[in-house]
Amino acid sequence: MVQGSSNMSLIQVRELTKIYRLGDIDVRALNNVSVTVEQGESVAIMGPSGSGKSTFMHILGCLDTPTSGRYFLEDEDIGYLGRDELARIRNQKIGFVFQGFNLLPRTSALENVELPMLYNGISSRERRERAMMALKEVGLEDRWDHQPNQLSGGQQQRVALARALVNKAPLILADEPTGNLDTKTSAEIMEIFVKLNSESNITVILVTHEPAIAAYSRRTIKFLDGFIVGDTR
Amino acid sequence: MRSALTILGIIIGVTAVIAMLAVGTGARKEIAKQISSMGSNLLIILPGATTAGGVRMGSGTQPTLSLSDAEAIQKQCPWVSDVAPIFSGIAQVVYGHQNWSTGVIGSFPNILVVRNWPLDSGRPFTQQDVKNATKVCIIGQTVVENLFGSSDPLGKIIRINKIPFTIIGVLSHKGQSAQGQDQDDTIYVPVTTAQKKLFGTSFPGMLRVIMVKAKSSEDLPLAENQINELLRQRHHIGRDRENDFTVRNLTQIMEAAEQSTRVMTLLLGAIASVSLLVGGIGIMNIMLVSVTERTREIGIRMAVGAKTWDIRLQFIIEALTLSLIGGIIGIIIGISGSKILSILAGWTTIITPFSVLLAFGFSGLVGMFFGFYPAYQASLLNPIDALRYE
Repeated sequence: MVQGSSNMSLIQVRELTKIYRLGDIDVRALNNVSVTVEQGESVAIMGPSGSGKSTFMHILGCLDTPTSGRYFLEDEDIGYLGRDELARIRNQKIGFVFQGFNLLPRTSALENVELPMLYNGISSRERRERAMMALKEVGLEDRWDHQPNQLSGGQQQRVALARALVNKAPLILADEPTGNLDTKTSAEIMEIFVKLNSESNITVILVTHEPAIAAYSRRTIKFLDGFIVGDTR
Repeated sequence: MRSALTILGIIIGVTAVIAMLAVGTGARKEIAKQISSMGSNLLIILPGATTAGGVRMGSGTQPTLSLSDAEAIQKQCPWVSDVAPIFSGIAQVVYGHQNWSTGVIGSFPNILVVRNWPLDSGRPFTQQDVKNATKVCIIGQTVVENLFGSSDPLGKIIRINKIPFTIIGVLSHKGQSAQGQDQDDTIYVPVTTAQKKLFGTSFPGMLRVIMVKAKSSEDLPLAENQINELLRQRHHIGRDRENDFTVRNLTQIMEAAEQSTRVMTLLLGAIASVSLLVGGIGIMNIMLVSVTERTREIGIRMAVGAKTWDIRLQFIIEALTLSLIGGIIGIIIGISGSKILSILAGWTTIITPFSVLLAFGFSGLVGMFFGFYPAYQASLLNPIDALRYE
């Protein structure tokens, strides 16, 4: 199959199963999960704690590997890739936004945004320019020299968003991106997600357990006990 | 603060490396200088070493070496380049109102070649002077200072043991010998003059010492054998009898001296390697702590695409930076310490670019070696576990 062809799905997950061993007990975190996500969709993943939604996100994010099943990202078979290949996929195709922001402490916003480009051999001048553009996109260009502890939670999350954007990844994965934010700031952050999704055609998949946040997405997938129990558009 | 304590080990190690090499090369150079101030490739023949059975006297107590022995060695030993017989004594020297007591050495003109000692001014005495027992002399710098002050001694007449001598040459400055003697406090005269006119002896022609210069250092043992054989033959010493002379090889003395500096260098080397090892373990320790403390950071870097070697390199470079900073500080302390040591203890210390490079290279190697394991550990972390680490 040719990469980038129009009829290709961004994400195809087939019978994904993940089994953790906790002592003597096998925990089936994911049970034969099959999902297809097209380029440009916005998806909210919901479910109670332990439902498998986080495990699912980690596998989608190439941070973890499934026990069985197949995962194609832009038709690349992720299941057979090694550590460094997965790192390359994360670098090129996926932007992460976390609940806890996960910015490098004692490092300026600009340098935080530059971080992903440090690992794909982009010249320092281009890094600077692109990081600045990404910061502008989240409306934080005048705070580029601030360190995370000098920024509010919402601002930190916007820096994290800029970092997720900077390598022009087609997919942004957000794990409870508003979990640490108040309602007003949450709305601001969600507006940015919506804007990125509609204007730049970036696929956004976010995990949340707040229906108000899930409402920003056009599609909602519900997890329970490792199974998909609902998929509504 | 923690990093500063960590690099202390490296600093001490590198300082020791620098000091070790500075003292080692310095001492070696000093020894070489002292040996060559004696003259290089020298054999010293002393008379009357032993009397088997009965009372034994020290070297030089028997009048067994003669001028004709010296001449025979010169003529018959092909490995020998120069022979200088020595007949010496202490004499009172007078010039005008000044007087001075000094060692007067009677020898051949080539004593200056053997002792490797050029003249400052004037000329050496000649073989003709030796033949005629002329009353001419060459004086050392200390004698010049004590008798003449700043005026020119050339051509002046001084009295040695009340006998007038013409000064025909002045020796250049030579300084202290290995034993701390002032080598410049001396006067050279033709050997025959010393024997016949200055220091009377009941054994005409006897010598105190014969100094022999071999053609090269490789020829020294050959020359020694030849001289032994020749002198035994000339002195009619039977097969089972002991020599009535001693041949001493200056390189043996030099080797002994070198041995002692080698021990010193080894000791400093041991200190250096132990503290470099300890310093390296310190660096490994702090890097392991750092990897644990920064697990989250590693997770973030992995999430945004850092590969195995990106993580490894980051921590190796950090360890390397620590150890090289320690290395640079150690080099600075080592150089200034060596300077202070040479001022306080009077040791010659020499710092070569090689020793600085070596020390710097060692600290770098230590950083790499002990930085690798923590870096390796960091690169093996699982991205999600690292991200969730609190």
